[in-house]
Amino acid sequence: MSVEVLHRIQFALTVSFHFIFPPLSLGLGLILIIFGVKSVRTNDPKWRQLSTFWVKIYGLIFSLGIATGIVQEFEFGTNWSRYSRFVGNIFGSLLAAEGIFAFMLEGGFLGLMLFGGTRLGNRMWLFATTMVVTGATFSAFWIVMANSWMQTPQGFEIRDVGRGPQAFMTSFSDVVFTPSFSARILHVIAASWMVGSSLVLSVGAYYLLKKRHVELAKTMIRVALPVFAVVALLQVAVFGANQATQVARDQPAKLAAMEGLYQTESCAPMFLLGWTNPDEEKTTGLHIPCLLSLLTTKNFDAPVTGLEATPRDDWPNVSLVFQVYHVMINLGMLFVAIGLIACGFWIWKRKIWDQRWLLWVLVSTVVLTEIATIAGWWTAEFSRQPWIVWQVLRTEDAYSPNVTFAQVVFSIAMFVVLYIVVFVVFLRLLDRRIKEGPPPPQDSEETESLPDSFGEIFRRRSRVSSGGK
Amino acid sequence: MWLQTTWFVLYIFIISGYAILDGFDLGVGMLSPIVARTDHDRRILLNAIGPVWDGNEVWLVLGGGALFAAFPVVYASLFSGFYLAMMLVLMVLILRTVAIEFRSKRPEAWWRSLWDWTFTISSYGITILLGVALGNVILGVALDQQGNMSVNLLDLLNPYSLALALVSVSMFSLHGAIFLTQKTDGELLEKIKSLIPKLLITFFVLMTALIVWTLLRDEQFTQNFKDRPWTAVFPVLAFASIAASWLFLRRGAYLSAFLASATMIALLLGAIASGMYPVMLRSTTNSAYDLTVQNASAANETLMVMFVIALMGLPFVLLYTAGVYFFFRGKVELDDESY
Repeated sequence: MSVEVLHRIQFALTVSFHFIFPPLSLGLGLILIIFGVKSVRTNDPKWRQLSTFWVKIYGLIFSLGIATGIVQEFEFGTNWSRYSRFVGNIFGSLLAAEGIFAFMLEGGFLGLMLFGGTRLGNRMWLFATTMVVTGATFSAFWIVMANSWMQTPQGFEIRDVGRGPQAFMTSFSDVVFTPSFSARILHVIAASWMVGSSLVLSVGAYYLLKKRHVELAKTMIRVALPVFAVVALLQVAVFGANQATQVARDQPAKLAAMEGLYQTESCAPMFLLGWTNPDEEKTTGLHIPCLLSLLTTKNFDAPVTGLEATPRDDWPNVSLVFQVYHVMINLGMLFVAIGLIACGFWIWKRKIWDQRWLLWVLVSTVVLTEIATIAGWWTAEFSRQPWIVWQVLRTEDAYSPNVTFAQVVFSIAMFVVLYIVVFVVFLRLLDRRIKEGPPPPQDSEETESLPDSFGEIFRRRSRVSSGGK
Repeated sequence: MWLQTTWFVLYIFIISGYAILDGFDLGVGMLSPIVARTDHDRRILLNAIGPVWDGNEVWLVLGGGALFAAFPVVYASLFSGFYLAMMLVLMVLILRTVAIEFRSKRPEAWWRSLWDWTFTISSYGITILLGVALGNVILGVALDQQGNMSVNLLDLLNPYSLALALVSVSMFSLHGAIFLTQKTDGELLEKIKSLIPKLLITFFVLMTALIVWTLLRDEQFTQNFKDRPWTAVFPVLAFASIAASWLFLRRGAYLSAFLASATMIALLLGAIASGMYPVMLRSTTNSAYDLTVQNASAANETLMVMFVIALMGLPFVLLYTAGVYFFFRGKVELDDESY
């Protein structure tokens, strides 16, 4: 095994583990904003009760997102130093902008959000939550911008000023708004909303199955199900399809790998399930004829460029890309079905509450959406290979030359052990928190005594305390 | 040229922001087993930093991003050259985060003591590793023409760098203790108060010794101060700040003492920066391979874009950082939401 492969394994491992958390906190953030708005509008204490419960889970998820996110930022320098020198003028500025605009906003207001339940009135708590979620969303924007530049680079020129070729920015707006950016960010945000809402859905369904906190559980599902169902539908019909069109337009070799399309074909089929045969360069399986041509070009007969148009040295691992892509696609369609069936049973005389099989399906959604999201990210990244910056810089020219094989083996082992321990403890704490359930509702007089405007916050003498436990 | 120097200054500003803010919560972690013996006291300490430590750590993320953006060559050479040390930094950062988050989630004594120790050891770990890294940056590293180096972990642990790590430990402990005077009450407060003079004297002696050592062993460093005499204000004012902090402490003006201690940290980093400028990473192989503010920076277009972004973003960052500290001012009381 080459040291390049080790570097790739380490990055894939750490970024995949990291990517469990940000979509959860983005999506859960949206649900918390809905709870907050309801609380301001209705003053019903159940909304604060729900916020208090979920904000604690949010805190747990968020801190793991930060801890594992720092790793990513450092790894560009530690493991990919030639990449960092090559793209520093471009990629670095996007990361730094993410730091200033996004992380600072999140980090600054996180304390207010997490500790808001006993310190802030409805409106100020909602404000703090909105700030954190806005920060998280900005963060997604900047990082997807940076990644989109790696997929469809533009707005730069390559010059050598003594340290080998480097990319120099010629237009910041071209760097920021690359052709793939808008399609990709919509796809990522929608995926995150699905992951976050499915967490709430899962927990709500679990409580109903166990007949605990029944009223609150129903409220969770009432809020999360419409979000989940609508976004699942939009994801497949609009955002996902939109991204496929973008890939077909800007990165045809990538699309060909995703669909296992070796030869350029008119009336190209779309596979639902299949198997690629790299030796015979043939893909077999369950497919719908001509659908790929239709989806990418809006025309049944239009040719779709196959891998044969790309030099073999520039192919990604087709079988791997094909399979992870189809995991995502099939799960995406499953989510539409789950969303529609669950909404159907809800509209049909609220029968959803008694359908135990359906509730069990809902419990599983959080795991399935996580798998789909990570499979989607893998599709994007594996299919970019062998390029680290699409058709500009190869991955084999990007890793740190001064880091030895043994050093990377050590760090991979370190991350594996560390992440397993952290993840096991995380899951156990999450499980415990869910089994403990929501706290009793807050006394409404107490809620009203909390500061609820900027003026009150800064005039307050000492904060209200509800006593230690 | 002005743009590169401006970014160097901004970079030192961000590093100082990190050292001041995360410095006190690292200090709290290091002091925890010394001043807090009971579970209640431990939780008080943890909750003193509870609402802000996440935000403090973000300054490190910002520091990494800003270095990548403004001085990509330094970022790439330094991070890949110190590979194992950086991996250890990441490990202790993760351990510390989860220790704070996990500790009070279960009541069992073994559980809490496990994460308490993780919290303390990782706080020492981060401080020592960053101190050692800074020490080696001041000493210089074996950079080749491409800006590559590979430093054995054991080579990093030279006497000078270890001394700098020791100074960092005593500085953050002192800074953390002064911070805690704002947040604690009763017996715990008395214990911290009685500890502060010892911490302060230790730090003062160590810092003075390190400054003398630096000036004696490093001709270029000393020469830079002779060439730019005005930069002597950094170390001089740093001494003035530590004296001011002492006076404030004696008068019981804890907030002012904390601000003086924070100013001192920034001034000390300013002193190191002015001793090194324009070199950012010195090559011990050949001074022609030095990475300087000029030859290791991003192109002017990028620096300009970043400068505009910093001008837009930093005021807001400072505003709400100040706002959040103001909101959470006062003594810690434990409640249902506490760590």
